[in-house]
Amino acid sequence: MTASTHTATRRLVVVGAGMVAHRFVESLLDGTDEAFQVTVLGEEGRAPYDRVALTSVLTGGTVAGLTLDEDVFADPRVHFAPADPVRMIDRDAREVVTMSGERHPYDHLVLATGSYAARLAVDGFDLPGCFVYRTVDDVEGLAAFVAARSAQLGRPLTGYVVGGGLLGLEAAGALQGLDVECTIVQSSDRLMSAQLDAPSGGMLRRLIAARGIAVRTETITTCLRPDQSGQIAQLEFRDGSTAPADVVVFTVGVRPRDQLARDAQLECDPRGGVRIDATCVTSDAHISAIGEVASFDGASVGLVAPGYAMAEVAARRLRGGEASFGGYDLSTKLKLSGVDVASFGDAFATTPGALDVTYADPVAGVYKKLVLSDDAKTLLGGILVGDASAYGALRALVGAELGGDPAAYLLPEGGVAAPGGDLPDEAVVCSCSSVTAGRIRSAVHDDGCADAAAVKACTKAGATCGSCSALVGRIVGAELTKLGREVSNALCEHFDLSRRQLFDAVRVSGLTTFSAVIERFGRGRGCDICKPALASILAVLTGTHVLDGENATLQDTNDHVMANLQKDGTYSVVPRMPGGEVTPDGLIVIGEIARDFGLYTKITGGQRVDMFGARLEQLPDIWRRLVDAGFESGHAYGKSLRTVKSCVGSTWCRYGVLDSVGMAVTLELRYRGLRAPHKLKLGVSGCARECAEARSKDAGIIATEAGWNLYVGGNGGFTPRHAQLLAEGLDDDALITAIDRYFMYYIRTADRLQRTAPWVEALDGGMAGLREVIFDDSLGICGDLDAAMARHIDGYEDEWAATLADPEKLRRFESFVNAPTTPDPSLGYVPERGQVRPATADERDAGVLIAGTTLEVRR
Amino acid sequence: MTLDLPRTATWRRVCAVADLEIERGRAALLDGIQVALVLTRDGSVYAVDNRDPYSGAHVISRGIVGTRGSIPTIASPMYKQSWDLRSGVCVESQGKEPRPLRTWLVDVRGGDVMIFWEATP
Ligand code: SRM
Ligand SMILES: Cc1cc2nc3c(=O)[nH]c(=O)nc-3n(C[C@H](O)[C@H](O)[C@H](O)COP(=O)(O)OP(=O)(O)OC[C@H]3O[C@@H](n4cnc5c(N)ncnc54)[C@H](O)[C@@H]3O)c2cc1C
Ligand code: SF4
Ligand code: FES
Repeated sequence: MTASTHTATRRLVVVGAGMVAHRFVESLLDGTDEAFQVTVLGEEGRAPYDRVALTSVLTGGTVAGLTLDEDVFADPRVHFAPADPVRMIDRDAREVVTMSGERHPYDHLVLATGSYAARLAVDGFDLPGCFVYRTVDDVEGLAAFVAARSAQLGRPLTGYVVGGGLLGLEAAGALQGLDVECTIVQSSDRLMSAQLDAPSGGMLRRLIAARGIAVRTETITTCLRPDQSGQIAQLEFRDGSTAPADVVVFTVGVRPRDQLARDAQLECDPRGGVRIDATCVTSDAHISAIGEVASFDGASVGLVAPGYAMAEVAARRLRGGEASFGGYDLSTKLKLSGVDVASFGDAFATTPGALDVTYADPVAGVYKKLVLSDDAKTLLGGILVGDASAYGALRALVGAELGGDPAAYLLPEGGVAAPGGDLPDEAVVCSCSSVTAGRIRSAVHDDGCADAAAVKACTKAGATCGSCSALVGRIVGAELTKLGREVSNALCEHFDLSRRQLFDAVRVSGLTTFSAVIERFGRGRGCDICKPALASILAVLTGTHVLDGENATLQDTNDHVMANLQKDGTYSVVPRMPGGEVTPDGLIVIGEIARDFGLYTKITGGQRVDMFGARLEQLPDIWRRLVDAGFESGHAYGKSLRTVKSCVGSTWCRYGVLDSVGMAVTLELRYRGLRAPHKLKLGVSGCARECAEARSKDAGIIATEAGWNLYVGGNGGFTPRHAQLLAEGLDDDALITAIDRYFMYYIRTADRLQRTAPWVEALDGGMAGLREVIFDDSLGICGDLDAAMARHIDGYEDEWAATLADPEKLRRFESFVNAPTTPDPSLGYVPERGQVRPATADERDAGVLIAGTTLEVRR
Repeated sequence: MTLDLPRTATWRRVCAVADLEIERGRAALLDGIQVALVLTRDGSVYAVDNRDPYSGAHVISRGIVGTRGSIPTIASPMYKQSWDLRSGVCVESQGKEPRPLRTWLVDVRGGDVMIFWEATP
C-alpha cells in the first residue's frame, strides 16, 4: 500500500464484531493518534467476546467475564453498532448497507464476519433440541433447553454430539457438565481425525471413555426424528440402528460467512472464504478480509491465532507500515478438562524423510509423538495425548534444532529438559498474541511483573487460548529465579521432575543406579530429598535389596540400618506381627531379647511390639535372635507396608461374620516389603462394628454377610480422612485383586510422600474413575499392575535375614570405623517405671543416676 | 613442663580409605571425640563433627551425602539440617538459627586416611 492510499484512508468500516475484528481495531488505534474513523458493525447483540472460552459460560463462568477489553471500543474514534448486521456491500459507492437501512461509507472496508457452524443436511436437523455451538446465544439456548427439558421429563437427559473434532469434544464435556449422559458420534474412524493419527486417536478415545463420555466412530447419522410433542427424540444411523436422544449438538465444522462478499462479486474460494493476498487485501483493493472468513492460499482456518495475525497485518498496513501474512499455523490444543490433547506443526509427518519418535504409557494414558527432520535434529511437529504440558514449549521450537535427546522431550509432564528457560528471545511463545520469549523476559525485568498473571495482563501472553500458559509460567519462573526469587515445583535442586515424572523416567529409560539416573535426568550428587525418593522408585522397579550396591547410600538412616532412629541416636526394633497376631512363644522371645539388650518395650499403635534404645552395633545381634525365632522385619522404617490391623473377627467374636484375622495375616504377608511413595496401612474388621478402625487406613476392609467391602484412601495422622467405599461384597480373590491393583496404580502415579488419601482426592474421575481403572480396566493396564504385584511377591525376601547372611552389609553396623564394637560413649539413661529412658539434658548436667551404655544390661 | 607449652597437633591415621564407602559416612572415635568421615565420589575425604548440634545426638555420619550447587554436603538424619562438608558451615538450617559443625583437616596418604588431630589436654 502506498503512502498516498494510507493518507486517504480515514474512514474504516469493519463488518463483524468478533474476536478478530476486536484485535484489528486495537492494533489499528493502539499507540497512535491518527484521526481514523472506525465504524464496527456487528450482528450479535453484544460487545466482542472471547469465543474460544465460550464453554466457560456452561461451567460456571459469566458472559460478562468473556467480554474482550472494552477500552478498545471506548476510543472516541470508534463507533460500534451491535445487532445491526450488514446486508450488502455497494462497491461502486463504497458503502455498506445494514439491515436497518443505514448506509456507512468507507475508504477501506474490513470483512471480519467469521464463520457459521454447519449442521448436517439430514431430515430433522432443526428440530427443537438440536443446537450448534458457536455463539453465546447458542450455549445459553442449550443450557436453558437442557434445564427445561430435564425438568419436564423428570430425569437427566441423553445427549448426542454429532462430530468428533476439537469442538465436539469440548461440547461433549460441556453437556456432561449439564448432567447430560453424552455420546459422541464420529463419521471417520477416530476422534479429532484432522489432528491425530491412529494410535493417538485410540489413546484419546480411551481417555474420553474414562471420563464417562461414550464414543461411536465410523457412524453416519442419517436422520433425526421427533416425538409427538415435536422435540428431538431419536437418531438414526446409516447401518439402520437408532438411538434415543433428548438433545443433539452439531459440531460438524464451520463455513466462512462469505455471502456478503459473494453477492458483491469479490473473488471467493470455491470451498468457501474470501480470497486474500499476503497483505490481507481481497480482489478489491479497498476491501480487506481477516479471520475465519478469509481464504489464504486456498484455505480458511477455524483458529483464532491466524486471524489475529491477519488483523495485525491489515492494521499495520493501514497505518502505513509493512507486514505480510506468512501462512497458517495449524497447531491446536483441546480444552477439555482432564483430557490433554495437542497437535502442532507437521503432525502427520508429511515432510519427505520425516522421522518420528513416539512414547506411549498406557498406565498414565499418555501417547506422544515428535516428528523430526531426516537427520533427527529439527523439530517439525508432533502429537501429544494425555499430557500436553510440553505443547507450548514444543510448538515454539517447531523449525528449530532440538539440541539433545528427543526422548527427553517426551517424558512425562514436560519432560526432563523441557525447554523454557533457555528459549531464544525471538521464539514465539504465545502465538495467539504473538508474544516472544524476549518480550516475556522484559516484562519481568523491565515492567516489574512478578508472576505469570502479571505477565499475562501486561503482554497478553496466555490470555486467549491458554495453551502457552505453562510455558509462560516456566519462563517467568526462570527469570524470577535469576532475580533471586524462588519458584519451582521440581523435586529438589537436583531434579526438575516430580516423583511421578521421575518414576516414569526411570521406568522408560531402564536405568538401575542413582548415578546413571542423576547423570541423565538431573544434576549434582543428590540430597536427602531426591535420594530416598529414588531409592524407593528403584526398589519398586528393580526389586533389589535396600542395601545393594551404590543404591544403599540413597537410603535415609532408617532404611539403611532397617530400624527407626530415635532422638538420642539409638534405634527402635519392630518385628512384623502379621495382623497383630503373635504366639506366646514369640512374645517370650521378644521379652527375652528386650531384657538381654536392655531395651524399653512398648505396644505400638499398629498392634505390635516396639523395642527402643538399640545401638547401631547391636542391631545385627538383636535381629539374629529375632530371625532365628522366625520373626521378620516389620518395615516400621520404610515408606512401605506397615501393618494390617485386625479385630478378632468371626473366629472368636460373637458378632464376627468373616475371618478378619485370617484375612489381615494374608494381606500383611502379601504386601510386606512393598515400597511406596509413602507408608501403607490396612485394617480388617470382622463386622460393621469396625473394631479395627479400618476406615482410617489406606485400605480398609470390612466384612459383611455378602462378602468384603473395600474402602480406600483413609488416613489417620495429620489430616484424618475416612476411607471411601470402592467395592462391596467381594470374595477373597476379588478383594485381593482389587487391592493389588489399587496399590500398584498408586505406587506408579502418586507424588513423593503423597499418601493414598490425597492421591485419591486428586484422581481424575474420583472414585468412579478409580473403579473403572481397577474393575473395568479402562486404561488397559490391569495386566501390567497384576504383573508388577506378582513380581513383588515373588521377589520378596526378608531384608534382615538377607543382611545377616552378608558380611559386607554387616559392616555398616560397626559403631566406629576404628573401633567397630565400641558403644557411642555419649548415651545415658535413667530408670522409669521399671524400664530405661534417655536421660534429659538437665539430668546429664546434674550427672546423677545416669547409666551409660558401658554398664551391662540391667541399666 | 610448663602450662604454656603450645598445644600440639599432628597427622594421625584413622583408617584406610578402603574402609569408607562413597557417599556414606562412617563415624570414628579419637580420644573419646566422635568424628564423621565422608568420602565423596571425586575421592575427597572430609572430617566433621559427628555430633548434631540441633539434637545433640551423635549421628551426622549417618546422614545423606549430596551436593548443593557445587558444595559437597551432609544432612543430619535427625531434623534434616545440612552442612558444607568442607567448612562445616550450615547451608540449610530448617528455619532454625544456623549452627556450624567443627571440621578437621584430612589427608589421604598411601591409602590411609590421616587427620590433623590436636590431642585434647
Ligand atoms: C511407634 C509408633 C507409635 C507408638 O509407639 O505406637 C509410631 C511412631 C512413629 N510414627 Fe507414627 N507411629 C505409630 C503408629 C501410627 C499410627 C497408628 C496406626 O498405624 O494405626 C498413625 C496414624 C495412622 C496413619 O498413619 O494414618 C501414625 C501416624 C504417623 C504420621 C502421620 C502420617 C500422616 O499421614 O499424616 C507420621 C509422620 C509421617 O509419616 O510423615 C508418623 C511418624 C512416626 C515416626 C516415624 C516419627 C519419626 O520420624 O520418628 C515415629 C517413629 C517410629 C519408631 O521409632 O519406631 N506417624 N503413626 C507407632 C508404630 C506403629 C507400628 O507398629 O508400625
Ligand atoms: C466453543 C469454541 C471453542 C473454540 N476454541 C478455540 C481454540 O481453542 N483455539 C482456537 O484457535 N480457536 C478456537 N475457536 C475458534 C475461534 O473462536 C475462532 O477462530 C475465532 O472466533 C474467529 O474469529 P473471527 O473474528 O474470525 O470470527 P468470529 O469470532 O466468529 O466473529 C465474527 C462475527 O461477525 C459477525 N457477523 C457475521 N456476519 C455479519 C454481518 N453480515 N454483519 C455484521 N456482523 C456479522 C458474527 O455474528 C460474529 O460475531 C473456538 C470456537 C468455538 C465456538
Ligand atoms: S505421635 Fe508423634 S511422638 Fe507419638 S510416636 Fe507418633 S510421631 Fe512420635
Ligand atoms: S498461544 Fe493462545 S493464549 Fe498464548
